[in-house]
Amino acid sequence: MNGSGAADMPLDKRISLDDAVGRLQNGMTIGIGGWATRRKPMALVRAIARSGLRDLTVVAYGGPDVGMLAAAGKLRKLIFGFVSLDHSPLDPHFRLARQAGAFEVMELDEGMVHWGLRAAAMRMPFLPTRVGTGTSIADQGLKTVVSPYEDGEEFIAMPALRLDAALLHVHRADALGNTLVLSPDPFFDELMARAADQVIVTAEAVVETDALNMPANLRFNPFERSVVSAVVEARFGAHPTAANPDYGLDLAHLKTYTETPWAAYYSRFVELAPEEYLEAVGGAARVGALPEAVY
Amino acid sequence: MFTLAELCIVAMAQAWREDDEVLASGMTLLPRLAAGLAKLTLNDALLMTDGENGFVTEPVPVGPRGDYKPRLEGWAPYARTFDNLWSGKRHAFVAPTQIDRYGQTNISTIGLREKPKAALLGARGFPGNTIHHPNSFFFPSHHKRAFVAGEVDFVCGAGYNPERWMNGKKPIGLDLRLIVTDLAVLDFTGPGNSIRVKSLHPGVSFAKVQENTGFELMGEDAPETEAPSAEALEVIRTRLDPHGLRASVFK
Repeated sequence: MNGSGAADMPLDKRISLDDAVGRLQNGMTIGIGGWATRRKPMALVRAIARSGLRDLTVVAYGGPDVGMLAAAGKLRKLIFGFVSLDHSPLDPHFRLARQAGAFEVMELDEGMVHWGLRAAAMRMPFLPTRVGTGTSIADQGLKTVVSPYEDGEEFIAMPALRLDAALLHVHRADALGNTLVLSPDPFFDELMARAADQVIVTAEAVVETDALNMPANLRFNPFERSVVSAVVEARFGAHPTAANPDYGLDLAHLKTYTETPWAAYYSRFVELAPEEYLEAVGGAARVGALPEAVY
Repeated sequence: MFTLAELCIVAMAQAWREDDEVLASGMTLLPRLAAGLAKLTLNDALLMTDGENGFVTEPVPVGPRGDYKPRLEGWAPYARTFDNLWSGKRHAFVAPTQIDRYGQTNISTIGLREKPKAALLGARGFPGNTIHHPNSFFFPSHHKRAFVAGEVDFVCGAGYNPERWMNGKKPIGLDLRLIVTDLAVLDFTGPGNSIRVKSLHPGVSFAKVQENTGFELMGEDAPETEAPSAEALEVIRTRLDPHGLRASVFK
């Protein structure tokens, strides 16, 4: 797209949640940002679960995002290091689907996921690593590469995890795609953003550029706006995962999630418009006041 | 008087006694308490986190914190966790589901890979951890489903099994240290780093440990596991676990 910054048509990447889902296609490889129960783009995940999308390959440091997409039958393949709900670690919806053999897996060490994303972000076909040596991870068809230097050591060649799309949840964004991640850990969202052909960010609030208060917040800007394709405003869009400092993890809701069969959970919490969802989980005042969880 | 949980915490803390200035990571409740105990009573050079993104100068008590605020001394985002662990400056005490004679560990799947009988967490950081820095293991229930015959169902953590090593060469940081269970303390000091009983918990015989293990053990003449000191018990009870969460570990 050339000249989108022309004076008569200012750059504006804002789109709706449904339009964001519309930019995805069957069979795509999609990276989902955050880590386990922290800062997952859950509003977008629920929208995908409601959509007709199928045969997705998902790359994630997995939490309820993976559990929901697995339960909704959206996965063809999962590329992951773990799926965990932290406090009550095992996600029953993920487990049921995995145990039924509902999708393929490429199981990696957490650091290998990081490395594969970094390779893609650098437009490299692979990065060498020792990780995987000595384990069953190496038996999944990973190839090796020999150091051309004196050491001659042989390494696993971690293949690039190139993404068709990355879905990331941030605290603030502007219409141009400038973003702020205010939580204490940026995780590996930056690498996912750079590894992806298109990046869709959902934001707690979409504000004017000056309201991002960049002079005070430069260190919280995870990547430059040119990697961002679309911006969706999604207040409480990480719920039930945490978006500290705006709101904490909803442990009570996660308990409901783990204890409710998927069909019932789907009709109570997924098959809803975002406003209805917020009411179903107790309203804005409740979610906005969720305290920081203790890990 | 002390409980089995307290005995295990004290035994696990010993793992970090001789370590340099490394990150002590205790995963799940008792190893975490043990790391705290090690820092407060055995080795104050250890680095420790609050379980999230801060390095702390003293271990954070588990459970509701009341007015307690973690004393932060540095930033520990997950990216830094990987950078640090690849450097080798860490000793993790983790709780796998299965272990085999080689010290290979599993937290991923039980049974067939395509349609597992049980899908657990996934390999997490085990593959990278086990080839870069020292690791120790806690098993709250010592039985043959955990201490398996043959190999574990999916090898997440590397062990002393040259068949799986790249070109048969030992990985750069492979260094398995201690296993603590509800029955005994074991280590890897048998021939070829095989597993040996180091000490037996009070009232437990070597035969009982062997009976509950799917492979042959050394260490018939192991002494009794040392009882916790009054100081250690005081630190566990008042500073590290004031709400007594440790009572929930052994039924």
